[in-house]
Amino acid sequence: MEHSVTYLGLIPLFPLMGAVLIGLLHVFTCNRRKLPEMLYGLLACVGPVLSFIMALKIFFALKGMPADERFLSQVAFTWFSVGDLHINMGFLADPLSSLMLLFVTLIGSLIHIYSIGYMKGDKNFGKFFSYLNLFLGSMLILVLGDSPVVMFVGWEGVGLCSYLLISFYSDGTDNVLAGNKAFIVNRVGDLGFVLGMSFLFWGIGSHGFDYMSLKANVHHLAPGVALATCLLLFVGATGKSAQIPLYVWLPDAMAGPTPVSALIHAATMVTAGVYMVARFSFLYAHVELAGTIVAWVGILTALLAAIFGMFQEDIKKVLAYSTVSQLGYMFAGVGVAAYSAGIFHVFTHAFFKALLFLGAGSVICALHHEQNIWKMGGLKKKMPKTYITMLIGALALSGCPPFSGFFSKDEILYSALASGHFGIWAVGVLVAGMTAYYTFRMMFVVFHGEPRDQHAYDHAQESPAVMTVPLIILAVGALFAGFLNLPAIFGGDQMVSHWLAPSVTEHHPHTGLFVEIIAIGASVVAFLIGIKAAYSRFGKGAEEPNFSGFADFAYHKFYVDELYDAVIVQPYKRVGAAIWKTIEPNVTDAPVKSVSTLYMLLGSAFKILQVGYVRVYAIYMIIGLSVMSLFLSQTLN
Amino acid sequence: MIHSYLYLSIILFCLGVVGVISRRNVFTVFMSIELMLNSANLAFIAFSRVHESMDGHVLAMMVMAVAAAEAALALAVVILLHKHKSKLDTNVFSLLKG
Repeated sequence: MEHSVTYLGLIPLFPLMGAVLIGLLHVFTCNRRKLPEMLYGLLACVGPVLSFIMALKIFFALKGMPADERFLSQVAFTWFSVGDLHINMGFLADPLSSLMLLFVTLIGSLIHIYSIGYMKGDKNFGKFFSYLNLFLGSMLILVLGDSPVVMFVGWEGVGLCSYLLISFYSDGTDNVLAGNKAFIVNRVGDLGFVLGMSFLFWGIGSHGFDYMSLKANVHHLAPGVALATCLLLFVGATGKSAQIPLYVWLPDAMAGPTPVSALIHAATMVTAGVYMVARFSFLYAHVELAGTIVAWVGILTALLAAIFGMFQEDIKKVLAYSTVSQLGYMFAGVGVAAYSAGIFHVFTHAFFKALLFLGAGSVICALHHEQNIWKMGGLKKKMPKTYITMLIGALALSGCPPFSGFFSKDEILYSALASGHFGIWAVGVLVAGMTAYYTFRMMFVVFHGEPRDQHAYDHAQESPAVMTVPLIILAVGALFAGFLNLPAIFGGDQMVSHWLAPSVTEHHPHTGLFVEIIAIGASVVAFLIGIKAAYSRFGKGAEEPNFSGFADFAYHKFYVDELYDAVIVQPYKRVGAAIWKTIEPNVTDAPVKSVSTLYMLLGSAFKILQVGYVRVYAIYMIIGLSVMSLFLSQTLN
Repeated sequence: MIHSYLYLSIILFCLGVVGVISRRNVFTVFMSIELMLNSANLAFIAFSRVHESMDGHVLAMMVMAVAAAEAALALAVVILLHKHKSKLDTNVFSLLKG
């Protein structure tokens, strides 16, 4: 079986070429007559669609191989060589990355199409698509990279694009600050990633630094180093995937355009951390403690974000916190060594969360960029397509059987229960109920009841087909994606788990039917309680509540931002100011400045000799020549 | 015999040096430089005669050619200087004063 192919590199190359082309077109025409938007739209969609076709080709190529040998690789060129270490710009497609490829390119293509409608009339239309293509290219490098170093290239690339797109509406200071916040918080995480990579290299890097070599040599790693590596890599994941304590950037990131929130801050980039942990499953499987820490951080993030989500008033922030919460579930999944369950939740979440965001974007567009849910209401009649598709997304998010979210979330909770992590399971079930509550709170307030702002309501209308068609496609995905990994209890064959089995190191615990029924039952009961609570409070129309006590505390997000500001940002600024005002002028600048003073003094001494008359220079010359002649005649004799 | 030529050459050279250093008129300075060049030529030819070789002659011819070219260039520079300041006094031109 031939494993070395030449077309893997094309997948990230298509969107990257699109990014360069659109970027150049935009740069050269933005000050003159604008090019038609349709041209940019078409150019932007070609790359992602071609990548999707290639991803399908790879998927079927892998499917045709025996299960144990499913991988394709390509070495484009040697990136750099230091001593015996050769880092290649190499790509690897195995079941894990091919699954990621499929949904990243599919959802990426759909969101590119949707954006043509959403961004209509924006003055930086070309710039937006250039960034979006660049993002997709970077994401595909992240997914396809065959070593942690190549992954890091994509990792940084998506971080950059995230920053650029969050502050896309750059005339608002808040948006720019949100972009900065995302970038800086991500840098903290990236430092962890780089350190983790260094530890890994220090430990077993000398035998080759691609995943295959690392996997083969992982048993040489000392337990302490392995634990440190796992935790440092996880710090990187908490930055990119918005987990405690670095989750604070994601809600603010909603300042960007809604398609960006859907693509980057819900479906793809934020799941990079989960992908990374699953990619390093051979390492995490080696250190049980690291997995437990990952799982607990994940589930506590899920709980915290769900609490915040229950009190938000901005439709996008509700969805942002639900994203943080669902990412927490995914980490709980990969933490309890149920890697395929975690990745499966990444997969289904990408569909329903992209769907919800795009639906929210459709609502926001119809209401002329109003995002406060307490100014909406009764939109069900005005926007039936958006309503129905979003309802499907909401049911999937809150885990209603048989929508996709139910199967993936249940798989994670079941894995936690079956592997004996009762605490994680209990919190997970609680969060499942809260998820149903806040999701349907949003749905009821936005779409049901009476319109709260009659003027906006009268002007609202259904979005054009270029926006609703992607919604419908995603809704189909949100509805049926769960059946791809139907557990045995429902007569399924767990296709996704079997597909991923060669890529991830996991062992399925064997439990009785009873445990599985308990897990499913608890999830369904939690969902019903959540939706019942939401209906009784918001189902028949409700007014904007005044928060007090705990609710007020949660509405202000437990003042975590303020705490970080007081504990980290302000002291950091003070240290910076101290260095700037005392150490820099006195310690680092002093020698430099004294050297320049010395030369000035020397110069003023020699200045006397420079009289400016030709005759005097002639004298100097003659003196010099005479001295030289004398010296030469002395030495030659 | 050679000594006489060398003494003449040295005297001419020193005259040139003194001229360059002491005179302020650009033309006089320039002529003094020519004098120095020709004193060197004289020494070359004298030595050439002593050693019975043509090398010294060749060099003397070279120096003359260079001096001629230099004269053309120098006169052009002098004209420019005169256009700027309407004077031929070297002390007027002291832009390099520190």
